[in-house]
Amino acid sequence: MKKKRKLSLMTKRSITGYLFIMPWLIGFIWFYARSLFMSVQFSLSELTVNPGGGYTLDFKWFENYLYAFRVHPSFKQVLTSSLGNMLIDVPLIIFFSLFMALLLNKKFKGRTLVRAIFFLPVILNSGAIQAAMDLARNMMSGGISSASAEMAEAASSGVSVDYYIQMFSALGLPHEAIEYVSGAVSRISDIINASGVQIVIFIAALQSIPGSMYEVAKIEGATAYETFWKVTFPMVMPHIITNVVYTVIDSFADSEVVDLAYKTAFTYNNYGLSSVFSLVSTVVTCLVLVLVCGFIQKRTFYYN
Amino acid sequence: MAQSKEAKRSFKEWMNDMKADTQFANDRKRWMANTKKFILGLFKLIIIIGICYVILGPVIGMISKSFFSNADNYNPMVYLIPQNPTLERYQLSMKYLNYWQTMTSSLLYALTLMIIQVFICSMVGYGFARYKFPLKNVLFAMVVVMIVIPTHTIMLPLYMTFAKFDVLGAISLFTGNTINLLGTPVPMYILTAFGCGLRSGLYIYIFNQFFRGLPKEIEEAAFVDGAGTWYTYFRIMLVNALPSIVTVAIFSMVWQYNDTFYAKLFVISDDIVISKKISTIEASISNVERILDPAILEIYLDAGIVLVMIPVVLIYVIFQKQFIEGAERSGIVG
Repeated sequence: MKKKRKLSLMTKRSITGYLFIMPWLIGFIWFYARSLFMSVQFSLSELTVNPGGGYTLDFKWFENYLYAFRVHPSFKQVLTSSLGNMLIDVPLIIFFSLFMALLLNKKFKGRTLVRAIFFLPVILNSGAIQAAMDLARNMMSGGISSASAEMAEAASSGVSVDYYIQMFSALGLPHEAIEYVSGAVSRISDIINASGVQIVIFIAALQSIPGSMYEVAKIEGATAYETFWKVTFPMVMPHIITNVVYTVIDSFADSEVVDLAYKTAFTYNNYGLSSVFSLVSTVVTCLVLVLVCGFIQKRTFYYN
Repeated sequence: MAQSKEAKRSFKEWMNDMKADTQFANDRKRWMANTKKFILGLFKLIIIIGICYVILGPVIGMISKSFFSNADNYNPMVYLIPQNPTLERYQLSMKYLNYWQTMTSSLLYALTLMIIQVFICSMVGYGFARYKFPLKNVLFAMVVVMIVIPTHTIMLPLYMTFAKFDVLGAISLFTGNTINLLGTPVPMYILTAFGCGLRSGLYIYIFNQFFRGLPKEIEEAAFVDGAGTWYTYFRIMLVNALPSIVTVAIFSMVWQYNDTFYAKLFVISDDIVISKKISTIEASISNVERILDPAILEIYLDAGIVLVMIPVVLIYVIFQKQFIEGAERSGIVG
């Protein structure tokens, strides 16, 4: 008797749960799952668009896949290089944005303005505007754009990057580490532009930490360093996963693989091959995400 | 050599003297703390200003360029500050953008989608965060899959779906034909209302993470006090979720406003999506006004982009205050 009632409450709860996610569930099945299925179908066949609208599919098994991996001149190389760039950028962006969020979380004069400025790249990060901005950057002769200004300054003041690199390698630092750091420095403007959203998410996370925790830490005599690692960092941990997911996807959405897929579909009208590129790169990204998130999730602490 | 040794010794002695001196110990400590604070503050200031410059550099260049007259543009001595500033660029850009009308409808479009987005995604995120039901983990993995899959992958099928739109054959049963929804913003509304709009997956994820971080005691207390599920959700949980609602609202608004991909895919009219219209402004000005120098056309584009940027920047600055307030309020509650 008792057991039965408990079960019915459970079922009730699960029905309410389904009600909450219902709109998304319908949409997902209707639009996403169906479209994905169609994409897989496209990748397994040769698609010809009929002149009167609609299309016909010629089922060809794995011919497109075999072509992509065996014959296509650049696919494998583009895939690995996009993946490599992603793996290098993600930790840099996460640490940079956490650092900046910590800086911006403290109260100081003009904080609102600085935050608004940090969010600017996100506002400007859209197809049309970004393309126009790139054009504007290229066309600008004075060199106010960050990249050329940096170059001009470095050339005029005689600061030689090579000199420092040589110095550090003479000190016996590992070559890979030097390369990583110098690569990060040279891409600083990319990293800053890519971390606007992450900074905002981290700031929201930092502000949702109850102040009483810091009071307790202070009373117990924790230093600022200890407070960061024992209070701030664990509380921000769930948002690190959010940010990793976001960063990986964002850098993937702009990567060369997507470009290649887009070009294959619309310049060469090869929809089947384009679907193969998209699907393969999507699967690879999913694998990376699952591995990384599984790794972090084990170490994550949830408040409740 | 000897001198430096002497200096070193004297410095050591001086330090020892300082340490032995107990009379001004408090003063010394305060002085040290203040210096530390000052140096840290300076360091922070330098970092922040430097990064702000990297971000603002191209924007400043664009804004200053948009006031350049022809003579300024051809004069290599003019840098950043125009000698003969002109507002003509803005006038012409405004005219060709049909600015006020396009802007109003564009903002309205983004705002409507934002409201739907916040409503639906918070609900779904809450469902995933707080309820246990069969297949939950699989379904949540599907949310992640939705985030990960680039929209390019499903672009063609989506296009076909909305070109011949039908609800399980019901529409063609009654009217005898499927509806072509392309050319109208309706596909976007439908997609968003079913939680599949522009980056909906990400918003669901954000809400899910947020609700998981809230203490369960809030709902337990509401349940004990006799509040129903939906009452608890709308009157208690949503109020608690204000910081993440503001976050999602800003993202959704801005991205929707900037989005050209969906607008192009569903052939939504230029008069509704201003960020799509901006990409044609150069061509239309050069065709009608017979301005053929690309360097001059570039300036018109700069002016147009500044015009398009203004409302979003304003909205963000206004929301920013609410953002902080919401975050602080939740800090008191949680």
